[in-house]
Amino acid sequence: MRIGAVTFPGTLDDSDTLRAIKASGADAVALWHGDADLKQVDAVVLPGGFSYGDYLRAGAIARFAPVMGEIVDAARKGMPVLGICNGFQVLCEAGLLPGALLRNAGLHFVCRDQWLKVENNTSAWTTRYDTGAEIIVPIKNMDGRYTADKSTVDELEGEGRVVFRYTGGNPNGSLGDIAGVSDATGRIVGLMPHPEHAIDALTGPSDDGLGMFLSVLDSVVAA
Amino acid sequence: MIDTVDNAKGTPDQDQPYRELGLKDDEYARIREILGRRPTDAELAMYSVMWSEHCSYKSSKVHWKHWSANTTPEMKAKMLAGIGENAGVVDIGDGWAVTFKLESHNHPSYVEPYQGAATGVGGIVRDIMAMGARPLAVMDPLRFGAPDHPDTRRVLSGIVSGVGGYGNCLGLPNIGGEVVFDPSYQGNPLVNALCVGAMRAEDLHLAHASGTGNKVILFGARTGLDGIGGVSVLASETFSGDEGGTGRKKLPAVQVGDPFTEKVLIECCLELFAEGIVVGIQDLGGAGLSCATSELASAGDGGMHVELDRVPLRATGMTPAEILSSESQERMCAVVRPSDVDAFMRVCAKWDVIATEIGEVTEGDRLVITWHGETVVDVPPRTVAHEGPMYERPIERPADQDSLQAAGPESLARPSTPDDLRAEILRMAASPNLASRQWVTEQYDRYVRGGTVLAQPSDSGMIRVDEETGRGVALATDCNGRFVRLDPYVGTQLALAEAYRNVAVTGATPLAVTNCLNFGSPEDPAVMWQFEQAVRGLAEGCKELGIPVTGGNVSFYNQTGSTAILPTPVVGVLGVIDDVRRRIPTGIGAEAGETLLLLGETRDEFGGSEWAHEVHGHLGGLPPRVDLAREKLLGEILVAGSRDGMISAAHDLSDGGLAQTLVETCLIGEVGARVFLDPDQDPFVQLFSESAGRVLVAVPRSEELRFTEMCTARGLPWRRTGVVDPESGTLEIQGVGELPLPELREAWEGTLPALFG
Repeated sequence: MRIGAVTFPGTLDDSDTLRAIKASGADAVALWHGDADLKQVDAVVLPGGFSYGDYLRAGAIARFAPVMGEIVDAARKGMPVLGICNGFQVLCEAGLLPGALLRNAGLHFVCRDQWLKVENNTSAWTTRYDTGAEIIVPIKNMDGRYTADKSTVDELEGEGRVVFRYTGGNPNGSLGDIAGVSDATGRIVGLMPHPEHAIDALTGPSDDGLGMFLSVLDSVVAA
Repeated sequence: MIDTVDNAKGTPDQDQPYRELGLKDDEYARIREILGRRPTDAELAMYSVMWSEHCSYKSSKVHWKHWSANTTPEMKAKMLAGIGENAGVVDIGDGWAVTFKLESHNHPSYVEPYQGAATGVGGIVRDIMAMGARPLAVMDPLRFGAPDHPDTRRVLSGIVSGVGGYGNCLGLPNIGGEVVFDPSYQGNPLVNALCVGAMRAEDLHLAHASGTGNKVILFGARTGLDGIGGVSVLASETFSGDEGGTGRKKLPAVQVGDPFTEKVLIECCLELFAEGIVVGIQDLGGAGLSCATSELASAGDGGMHVELDRVPLRATGMTPAEILSSESQERMCAVVRPSDVDAFMRVCAKWDVIATEIGEVTEGDRLVITWHGETVVDVPPRTVAHEGPMYERPIERPADQDSLQAAGPESLARPSTPDDLRAEILRMAASPNLASRQWVTEQYDRYVRGGTVLAQPSDSGMIRVDEETGRGVALATDCNGRFVRLDPYVGTQLALAEAYRNVAVTGATPLAVTNCLNFGSPEDPAVMWQFEQAVRGLAEGCKELGIPVTGGNVSFYNQTGSTAILPTPVVGVLGVIDDVRRRIPTGIGAEAGETLLLLGETRDEFGGSEWAHEVHGHLGGLPPRVDLAREKLLGEILVAGSRDGMISAAHDLSDGGLAQTLVETCLIGEVGARVFLDPDQDPFVQLFSESAGRVLVAVPRSEELRFTEMCTARGLPWRRTGVVDPESGTLEIQGVGELPLPELREAWEGTLPALFG
């Protein structure tokens, strides 16, 4: 099983993501933004950071990287993709996920241990959780306030595509406490919190994040 | 017209604006003597920035003798590089070398808080890279004016956003620091930045330009007009006629940072190091290319020739003097063998980093800089970089020192009834200097890179260096400027003792010291007295503890008008831990049935205390006694206790005394405790005294006897002072009353958001 993590210039959590992939038992494959080559991976993670400095709009430049063309094609054919934080922003910019991420309501960068509720355990990245499970995972961003137009949100809610919801306080003012969403197939998921920073209780608040990396192994085997 | 060396020779009597550039008459005369002629504009720009207080340490250097006089061969043995390099390097074992340094960015941060703080972080990170290390984490000791002063909000918000905005984009966890308020910092906040990095010991890179024919490559951002500061007087003189009097747009003297460029530069440097194609490397910080070229050449074994017209610019019409003095951020300078230049350029291209060959190492001992073929600088580089002026400034004990020490805190009204004591605990917990720093630290990423084992609000930050073995380092910075004001020698040793203790309470063994000495004007003999006392106190204290000072930074002229800040020698201590999995956390309650033990002795010591400051606005008397032998013993016992699994939590006692330590340890651990005060000592003294050398530890009941026997055998006083009570949700102090955790939390966490949120 090979899972890739993409490094754009300005990506920060790539080594953490590769570590989390390894901890799940898969082969961790480093992917480079400038190479239109997915190196035969079975799934891809877009890690957090500030790709290209995010000077225009978070994620707006990264979507044009050569590797993104390959990812969009593979994703449309069903390859699981997880976007974390800046990766979530990139997936929204690339049109793989609906909605957008705005500046946090408090206008500050917020880094804290955040409780999340797993709302749907049928996505490719959440099968190892029980629906309704509460997990604690770090969140850290400047632009994390999820928003979308009403019909999109109604659709997401109606189809069970809100995968994670903030609980015990909304850190950024996101619509409906939405922390993460999926595409219609459930194979593409984006979330603002950082599961790769919660793979053991030594360096994170818990190992609750590991479940996402383990879930995708099941989904790849099943497919 | 560009002022060349030939032109300078032909016009010896031309007036030069050396005074505007900060040079004294005798300093200018000495430059003329060194060169045997008047300096060119470009040379004058170089000398003036390199001979500034900031770059030359001209007022402080004479006191460095205290470092060498107090460093024993055993202390030196662990040092791979020390004072004089970009940052000190220590051997932490298993082939790992760790480099760390503290630096100030005080003045720019008052003028432009966001960019001042941001570029402070950027600069210290490049210093660490210049040693060949991967930066691992940052910390920021900060000092602000009165919390309720209207300008504090501007300064604090800007500085905190700047530290976060830059550091978060770099992908370096922020693992600690300080936030301190005192009116003396109102017009002069302190922004000190610390960075720690690691490398394999054999990969250490020093800033040397050696090997004739080797190429000098400038890489990173383009050079612009930002951060030029005083050198613009040269530009205005040169250009006033050329541009029809319109002049050029002057950019602010404070540099503007681009963290994305720095992040890419970090990755690019690390790949260059990994390829083994860097002979010498230097960052461009204060004094820009003037500093980098003269320091590289001065430390090397030859001369250097630089073609300044090759430097990539982002402004048109820049003069050689401006290019040499520009402090544009995110630039590095490397010395590379000719055969490796192609490989070097390939790595830079991969990361989209602009890299330009600007010169080469030459035979001889001159630094020659040309501009379109004409020589604009021809100097002995040592005279620029290392042989600047050195002053023995007059020293005089301040006239008010005796009266200050005589006006002790003994007469201050103390709370005595249980209700008053209880109210005082809540008041102190909510005071701006003791309240939770969460509002600040939440704006910093502490998780990135996945190696953070401890971060704020722990006593130290701790970072895992080796993922296989778990070897890591702990770092703490401390300084109570009020203690230093009352007695700079003792006060500085108290700062050292506290940082040492903060490292030891995590289970790490203190190993090395860095510092950032923030003082007023060196031209004030009273300030120089404080400075000399502080340096001597620190140097002699380090000798007693057996850990070397590996580097540091001096920041003078921190004053508003003629009023200096509290003398603030921030001391950073680095410790090593062989396995971060045995770290001691700060919060109690990790194990069922813990006993709370108070290690050390409590005396009636309130001079310079937080209680005297907060409740009475009082500063006088003497600071607490310092006993470094005791601190060392305490450290050994904490490390032994951690190694043998005898300690489940520990928290140092410092500002606010035992009361504050109890509040924090309960709130962080999210459990209550029952505390029994000593019936033979005044409860107020027990709760609020700031006696040094004390730590509150939680030990599992099963380990209590073994641990206390060890303390007794080694002569460390201890007192069984309470038990953890997981069920109660209350801090209960016998004879004082109950403090429910929600009430404590509201007091502790509410203050900073209410002031600045």
